[in-house]
Amino acid sequence: MKAAAFEYVRPVTLSEACAILRADEDARVIAGGQTLVPMMAMRLARPSRLVDVARLPELAGIADEGAAVSFGAATRQLDAEKSTLVKIKLPLLAAALPWVGHRPTRSRGTVGGSVANADPAAEIPLVLVTLAGEVEFATADGVETCAARDFFTGPMMTALPQDAVLTRVRFPVWSGRVGVGFHEVSTRRSDFAYVSACAQVRFENGVCAQLAVGVGGGVPVPTRLDAVAQALVGTAMSDADIDAALEAPVAALDIMTDHYASTDYRRRVARELAARALRDARDAAIGAAA
Amino acid sequence: MKVELTINGATHVADVEARTTLLDCLRDKLGLTGAHAGCEHGVCGACTILVDGEPARSCLMFAAQADGYEITTIEGLAPAPGELSVVQDAFCETHGMQCGYCTPAMILTAHSLLSRNPSPTREDIVEAISGNVCRCTGYGQIIEAVELAARRLAGSNAAEDAR
Repeated sequence: MKAAAFEYVRPVTLSEACAILRADEDARVIAGGQTLVPMMAMRLARPSRLVDVARLPELAGIADEGAAVSFGAATRQLDAEKSTLVKIKLPLLAAALPWVGHRPTRSRGTVGGSVANADPAAEIPLVLVTLAGEVEFATADGVETCAARDFFTGPMMTALPQDAVLTRVRFPVWSGRVGVGFHEVSTRRSDFAYVSACAQVRFENGVCAQLAVGVGGGVPVPTRLDAVAQALVGTAMSDADIDAALEAPVAALDIMTDHYASTDYRRRVARELAARALRDARDAAIGAAA
Repeated sequence: MKVELTINGATHVADVEARTTLLDCLRDKLGLTGAHAGCEHGVCGACTILVDGEPARSCLMFAAQADGYEITTIEGLAPAPGELSVVQDAFCETHGMQCGYCTPAMILTAHSLLSRNPSPTREDIVEAISGNVCRCTGYGQIIEAVELAARRLAGSNAAEDAR
């Protein structure tokens, strides 16, 4: 359980980091290292070089952009969890963060690292896809932006080029009477989710005016259920409305299986957790101040 | 490569490989063997230390990444040689351990919890130590230890001491 030998470099600028990654295709970016280091310890990853981006000034800080909140990719998950801005403007992310690993991994793990790693069971990518956020990355050629729905291409696979550094992750902010819900089932506290589901709802004049719901864990990539939103916007979101709206979209989900949980079980749990998340979000939105 | 680390308030310099984890550096280079090597891939929590006051896995950091932080190990908790911190003492008193392998990490995790939350609920304690595996105790006495330490730190132990 010891990593193979590699070279450690800590560039002081983003452009220097991009140049190193372009010159060595076996180099890997490290920030928090909470997934990469165990992969290296098990020799599932053997990078030639680790490019430590954790202290790059370009990757630091949580920014209030009005219609969105963006995170420098190296923002520690625990710092995001402690942020008042996140609690106020991104209640869904605030609800999801305590589910990310354990506090001792959140203290090192980064927001950008979780997104770049693209574990299908990861909570931050689920919230990012559900809220239709976006990802910013830099290569030696410049900075590019990618919508979350196009970024995650499969389990542990993303649209991020090999020589890119993920620089920012941006979550849209909703205003008005907003409520959220987040639920997850796993074997042990903070273990990988069999299924997770989250929802954010905005109410206006007693009916749902805006809705986003997504399912993660057990699906190859976090999946936003747009058909549910279409069915429920304009309704009062009764429990029966919610159940009816979830039926077909959950039945159509591409559910994965393993020796821990069957496809049927995960699908049942996905439907139930999505319903709970929607009910929680509805109740919170109705109770919220405008 | 040379790394300069701040551990328990003192500066240490060690000559390590890039692949040397902070855990191995602490244990093998600096003789700080209170951080225990368990699973060495971030699952068991036996290697937990504090980085700027927050618990972190020393097996999931390379020593080369660790300069510039205030690192606290179990060796740094006691107020003086031969003494115990309040949390350490509470673990002794409630018998919050059997084999002791998870204990330094449990104590550091509890120390960090009580620093930010002086009066945790039982749920807060369970949540805080949920990343630390103990295969002996069933956790009951560990939770009692943290509760006792919290009461003592709050200064509400006068009646109990008088008994």
